[in-house]
Amino acid sequence: MKRGTKYALLCGAIPFITLVFALPLVNRIKPVVLGLPFVLFWILAWVILTPLILFIAYTLERKLNPPEEGGDD
Amino acid sequence: MSPALIIIFVVIFVSAFVGIYAGRHLKMNLENWTVGGRRFGIIIIWLLMAGEIYTTFTFLGASGWAYSKGAPAYYILIYGALAYTLSFFILPVIWRIGKRYSLHTQPDFFITVYDSRALGVLVALIGVFSIIPYLQLQLQGLGLIVEVASNGAIRSQPAILISFVLTCAFVYTSGIKGAAWVAVIKDILMLAAVLIVGFGVPAVYFGGFKNLFKELLAKVPEHMVFPGSTSNLDVLWIMSTLLITALGFYMWPHVFGSAFSAKSDRVIKRNAIIMPLYQIPILLILIVGFTALLVIPGLENGDFAFLALVNKTYPAWFMGFVGAAGAVTAMVPAAILVLFGATLVAKNIYQTGINPGAGEDKVMRLSRMMVLAIMTLSLFFALLSPIELVNLLILGYDGVSQFFPGVVFGLFWKRINKTAVIWGILTGVGIVALLIFTGNDPFYGINAGFVGLLINTVVTVILSLRTKSREVFDVG
Repeated sequence: MKRGTKYALLCGAIPFITLVFALPLVNRIKPVVLGLPFVLFWILAWVILTPLILFIAYTLERKLNPPEEGGDD
Repeated sequence: MSPALIIIFVVIFVSAFVGIYAGRHLKMNLENWTVGGRRFGIIIIWLLMAGEIYTTFTFLGASGWAYSKGAPAYYILIYGALAYTLSFFILPVIWRIGKRYSLHTQPDFFITVYDSRALGVLVALIGVFSIIPYLQLQLQGLGLIVEVASNGAIRSQPAILISFVLTCAFVYTSGIKGAAWVAVIKDILMLAAVLIVGFGVPAVYFGGFKNLFKELLAKVPEHMVFPGSTSNLDVLWIMSTLLITALGFYMWPHVFGSAFSAKSDRVIKRNAIIMPLYQIPILLILIVGFTALLVIPGLENGDFAFLALVNKTYPAWFMGFVGAAGAVTAMVPAAILVLFGATLVAKNIYQTGINPGAGEDKVMRLSRMMVLAIMTLSLFFALLSPIELVNLLILGYDGVSQFFPGVVFGLFWKRINKTAVIWGILTGVGIVALLIFTGNDPFYGINAGFVGLLINTVVTVILSLRTKSREVFDVG
């Protein structure tokens, strides 16, 4: 596997870890952050961070994968 | 005629006109009709995908769930973000295969990758059976919204009939390009309605979000964490539902197929990055549901929470605006659903399964006829049997999710072959149907579709390892 693709996949795993597998650990009201129950704050934060994470994945792929084999262009 | 009524009529007629106008100079062959000539750039793809994903029932359902179930509604906020993350990795590869082999539909993809017409027909059949209840749901949602928004001045049935005719007209003439243009109107109206109501109602009743949540945590704290006000939708259900909806999301034939209309794989990839932004309005919709819980508790049907609160808070003409936005919000997904449903029947059931010699002109003509046939069928169901729908839709969602191993292994695993995929899909769909119809969903707290998908994957893998591998297909 190309290095860029590997790092991109690692980035792609983050939303699944935080927004699915971590849910049992964060299913609580306290601490209340920005007025929101903790579980809602957690979900919202990671949903908003997802485009950023994907953008990083995109950049890494383009930077680390050789352009002629990147298959992106 | 009341102002609300005028607004509703003007918006749906203007939308239909724009949709018809969109196709005026286009020569209508299958390539232009179903995949827009593969010319869509990032903005139009974004609007189109948002247009088909965020349906009337996302809004009524999301606020309804926040109102009556509480925290389990958070899943609606999450699953899109997961689905887009997944699409970042698989959709560009699917697009490249589509481009190279001039594919139009999801069954085309299976036929090409597995060199199996039988598999193509199977996927097309499951696709059409899943599309029809989804379409029916859009029509019913539209009828409901227009009836409530016009304060009963237009009953549900005529509203459904009128929009049915208009939607058929612009799908018939302009294909996917018509849907994309109407999606622009839809997204603007809907976003405006959501922003106004989402910021408006907490401000009116509580002076802002902060006080709203303070009240919620003081009065109904249990409502705000899983399992909310339900007894069976706990964390395990949320997790399995998130996985099945994220995996199944792009397996819907119409969502899968519309990826082909992008002009490059780069467009698809960048689109995946910005799609999660569209989740933020959903938060506002949940907030409207939560506000309604405190302001108008005791509604029998939570799906009315959004409309009931708007009705209580805003002047009548604004209800007209919300009704108009809701109507177009149903018309766009309905258009894309019927378009792909029709193409599946004409191209992948008729041409692939029955008459492989049929020429492209004939398939195109048949597709257009099928638009009318499928719409009429859904209309018939919508007017006659408006119950038990949600079960059918869940069955549809769980059904198309069973395509996932076939798609992903087909892209990345050389040992997979058609026999394994066919048996995997049949087993998965069979188990899902069995669990749902015997009332076993959730099954020990786990979403039935997820159970089906697990067993489907196991069957697919085992059969692939035991049979000889396919001719190596170059996914390039």
